[in-house]
Amino acid sequence: MSIARFNSKYFSKRQMPYHLMMLPGMILLFLFNILPMFGIIMAFQDFVPAKGFFGSPFVGLAHFRYMFSLPDSFAIFRNTIVIAFGKILLGMIVPVIFALLLNEVRVKKFKEFVQTIVYLPNFLSWVVLGSVFTMIFSGSGIFNNFLGMLGLKPVLLLASNKWFQPLIILTDVWKGYGYGTIIYLAAMTSIDPSLYESASMDGANRWKQVLHITLPGILPMIILVGTLNLGNILNAGFDQIYNMYNPIVYQTGDIIDTYVYRMGLQGAQFSFGAAVGLLKSVISLLLIVISYKLADKFADYKLF
Amino acid sequence: MVQSKSFANRLATALIVIVMILAVALALMPIINTIAISFSTGTAASSGKVAFWPVDFTLSAYQKILKDGAFWSAFMVSIARVVIGGGLSIALTVLMAFPMSRKTSQFASRNIYMWTLVFAMLFNGGMIPTYMVVYKLGLINSFWSLVLPTAINVMNIILMMNFFKGIPSSLEEAAVIDGASPYRILFSIVLPISLPSIATITLFTVVNYWNEFFNGLIYINDQTKIPLQTYLQQLALQQQNMTQLSKEEIMAMSQISSLSLNSAKILVSMIPVLIIYPLLQKFLVKGLVLGAVKE
Repeated sequence: MSIARFNSKYFSKRQMPYHLMMLPGMILLFLFNILPMFGIIMAFQDFVPAKGFFGSPFVGLAHFRYMFSLPDSFAIFRNTIVIAFGKILLGMIVPVIFALLLNEVRVKKFKEFVQTIVYLPNFLSWVVLGSVFTMIFSGSGIFNNFLGMLGLKPVLLLASNKWFQPLIILTDVWKGYGYGTIIYLAAMTSIDPSLYESASMDGANRWKQVLHITLPGILPMIILVGTLNLGNILNAGFDQIYNMYNPIVYQTGDIIDTYVYRMGLQGAQFSFGAAVGLLKSVISLLLIVISYKLADKFADYKLF
Repeated sequence: MVQSKSFANRLATALIVIVMILAVALALMPIINTIAISFSTGTAASSGKVAFWPVDFTLSAYQKILKDGAFWSAFMVSIARVVIGGGLSIALTVLMAFPMSRKTSQFASRNIYMWTLVFAMLFNGGMIPTYMVVYKLGLINSFWSLVLPTAINVMNIILMMNFFKGIPSSLEEAAVIDGASPYRILFSIVLPISLPSIATITLFTVVNYWNEFFNGLIYINDQTKIPLQTYLQQLALQQQNMTQLSKEEIMAMSQISSLSLNSAKILVSMIPVLIIYPLLQKFLVKGLVLGAVKE
């Protein structure tokens, strides 16, 4: 294609306003999303900030080899996957059940009220909720007082390697299930009402209607959410864990992102941190591409 | 038979209502506990007497906050961040979503931009290379490090783009025939009917900027420039040792305990979110669902 034809196809006068609209955003995208991708080169260097990306010596795959030689690495990947998988699984089941129940509420005002309140924690930060949960589950918090009332011994959940992972999963589901509920309730509104009418004429009770009409009606949405979540299997939630963990529970609570932060930024092992982060990014990208392909195949979903 | 069916039905309804009330209680309980602690004396709070009602009611925590310069400095940084960052981010989202919502016959480069955006969303350089770029750009300790790196949110752009796509093209056709420019079509036709989508994006963007603490932690070393969540996070860190202490140990340090003060700070930090959420949430379902459904 000649330059003139290329210009008239992509940069005709008619299209210039669109390019101009894209420009400011693309500049920011380039600076803060694309440029760091080139910065990945530091994972293969012994990066020294003073020498920069061009002056630092190359060391090949040394940081990756070092990572696999560390005994911690296995635990960190395991913690990440266990926590993320727990969140994905429970984070799917709870909103589906809750939306099915809430859909049976006939009083519209009450339904909207419940929907609004359970979605509220979603908008509170993990800094805030981390502090709140630290108080609640501390030795003098309401949780242990409640256990005391039942005559049970106090348990410091946030300082227990047995309870830390379940607690992280549960509090995350608590924060997030309101969003899923909204999505599923919206999907339910598009179910043809005549299906319910004919079912009740055939004598199907409420439970049967839920099981045979509502649930199948939102099944495509459930499949969609499930497949798209596959890409999150290495995202155990930095913000939450960073605000809730402590050295006692590193054994079960340390995940890739918190490890990268502590080693890479706080410990100034920039290249090593970048290498661990790169491994995570690459695996995540692969999983996301697979999950979008699956979503396209099974739920007929296209992102754009 | 008919009676038993209606009884079962009513029982089911009652059970569902009970579950719903429990869910509402569970969502509000942590907040109510924090409110109760903030209005109690520090001693009562650290001895674990406070549940859902203040013990030894006092306003002293709130009086202390009023005089706390560091808290309000961080609060104002966060307000500035939400206003400037939020405004910028929403404006850029609208500006990018509109060309993206055009067909390739109208905007030939659409798919090239789209792939760039999606790739930037799915893959990233990671925490440390991003930090290095911000560092090399000289943004360490700059307010702009709290605004610019998170200004482009591809998911929001896609959400808004899909909303724009759902607008019937017949609305635009008359304007196109009249020779209206893309700017006019965006600002006088598309935007005025996109309120649910804009409200949804505004809610997400404002809350994201308000709640984000990590950039404040790594990019800002100057304590007078940190945003509120970073400030709260540093307070929490001092308090975090509490996780590992028994009730007796906490009581022993109750003299220095600032449990009720911290709770009050947490609550004040929630206020903007508690104001904006009810205002914008009624648009949410429309903005989310229409945006999520692809044409």
